[in-house]
Amino acid sequence: METRTPVLQATNLVKTFGRVVALDGVDLELYPGEVLAIIGDNGAGKSSLIKCLSGAYTPDAGQLLLDGQPVRFHGAQEARAAGIETVYQTLAVSPALDIASNLYLGREERRPGVLGSVFRMLDTKGMRQRSEEQVKRLGITTLQDTTQAVETLSGGQRQAVAVARAAAFGSKVIILDEPTAALGVREGNQVLQMIRDLRNRGLPVILISHNMQHVFEVADRVHIQRLGRRAAVVTPETHSAEDAVAIMTGAKQAA
Amino acid sequence: MMSYRTAPAAEPAPPGTPSRTTEDLLRNTTTGERIQSVLHRYPALSPAVVLVVAVVVFGFLNDRFWRPENLSLITQQVAVVGALAIGQTLIILTAGIDLSVGAIMVLSSMVMAQTATNNGVPAVLALLLALFVGLACGALNGFLVTRFKLPPFIVTLGTLNIFIALTLLYSHGATVRGGELPGLLTWTGSSFTVAGVRVTAGVVLMLLMYLVAAYALGQTAWGRHVYAVGDDKEAAGLAGIKVGRVLFSVYLAAGATFALAGWILVGRINAASPNAGADANLDSITAVVIGGVSLFGGRGVIWGSLLGALIVGVFRNGLSLAGVDQLYQTLTVGILIIVAVSVDQWIRRGRA
Repeated sequence: METRTPVLQATNLVKTFGRVVALDGVDLELYPGEVLAIIGDNGAGKSSLIKCLSGAYTPDAGQLLLDGQPVRFHGAQEARAAGIETVYQTLAVSPALDIASNLYLGREERRPGVLGSVFRMLDTKGMRQRSEEQVKRLGITTLQDTTQAVETLSGGQRQAVAVARAAAFGSKVIILDEPTAALGVREGNQVLQMIRDLRNRGLPVILISHNMQHVFEVADRVHIQRLGRRAAVVTPETHSAEDAVAIMTGAKQAA
Repeated sequence: MMSYRTAPAAEPAPPGTPSRTTEDLLRNTTTGERIQSVLHRYPALSPAVVLVVAVVVFGFLNDRFWRPENLSLITQQVAVVGALAIGQTLIILTAGIDLSVGAIMVLSSMVMAQTATNNGVPAVLALLLALFVGLACGALNGFLVTRFKLPPFIVTLGTLNIFIALTLLYSHGATVRGGELPGLLTWTGSSFTVAGVRVTAGVVLMLLMYLVAAYALGQTAWGRHVYAVGDDKEAAGLAGIKVGRVLFSVYLAAGATFALAGWILVGRINAASPNAGADANLDSITAVVIGGVSLFGGRGVIWGSLLGALIVGVFRNGLSLAGVDQLYQTLTVGILIIVAVSVDQWIRRGRA
């Protein structure tokens, strides 16, 4: 059993919609520097769980602990401010804006002095420079020129922009929702590599994916969600993807 | 991972010539694509080229085109539509459209003129009242678009009729002549001479408005957010931008520019008429579209709209100097619009 404090811990989360129970007392622990995958069939409560963690939903009962401190989010903005960054499946990037503008979208930095405070002038150069540093620090080799418009990039590169943004601003937890679903083989592998790089830098990652091969390639532990509860947590060392799918569908009980 | 970079070169480059990297070949294979990518990066480039060519050609066709008084006339003719095009650009950048621009302009100019003449309101206050009317009209449009999530086309089609009716009800259909108005309200029609060309204060005001708009769009976070909202509303929201607030602020700012356009209009025609500027909505959309701003939102620059307004002004002026019937001028503008939108589509398609 782990003895370290989880970065993010959920205990007994409950979320209901009318008479539909989406989450029925879910527990989840995310430890520093690990990739935790969440898998589950449709309707197992996977996306409700993610939305509770990312602040989009406020759970009806149960507790969230971030770095051991209880937190309660009303909206994704609050979760983000606390350091939980979510990269959505729909890729929240603006195609016509360049890479640097996208990295800083919604948290632009102004020039120092009167230019910034009175005339509200953006520090375009500084943001570009820091974007480039950030991209380099993350080891993202697929992005070269941060003045390039995002729409000129490939799907994998766009995903890289979204991940770079999530990892950029002192975030503590990164949630990736189906990051490889829309990508080809090579780009999917690039994104997996990016996930490993994030972990190696000490950033814990929650990965939601339907792709068992990707999950078992990159995850340290796998949270299996079933019927609104956590059915099991397995590791790629002790369980195969087939075992996980069997637990997920209820064909097999967790050992 | 980056294996495509080390793909074997098709042929060894002859010595002395700069070798083209694989990436270059991948990125720019044909001249067409290269043009496409340049136009994509600089959306005001194509209207700028069109304007320069038009000025040169019309200058050749008739030497009167280049005369100072003619150039002055073009700028004056363009000033009102050019000012309206600023607010229209803001709204079109958010993937909206505003059909009520002319109606807002006329309503605020009538309020300005009536309060100053009939109610004895000081000129400065009348001007501020006009600005307030513009802001209120913009706020109504913005409220309906953001709160009730109604399509901007329908909202402004409705408010177009409402504002026109209010204007006529309020003014009883009567024109206020410039002679009755205090000097401040017709100040936009006063002029000074630069290098032999007569420039009106209205033209200067329009240019100042462009400078402010260009700064706000290009140098502030608000500008980025306007582009982001027009580009992809959902993505902007997920990035933490308050989409409704940005949209509302755009309609509000646009309302202010329409009121200022009303001031320019009063100076230009030296009167405040409830029947002026009836087709200004379509003229402003024309300027914006010819200026390379995409109707789908998120693309284009404010200077393009100024170029678009100038292009229309230069074509109308140049064609009439060349003795072309007015119907053919309208025909030409129609063709320009379709060409401009086709170019926009071509640029977008190449980069999808």
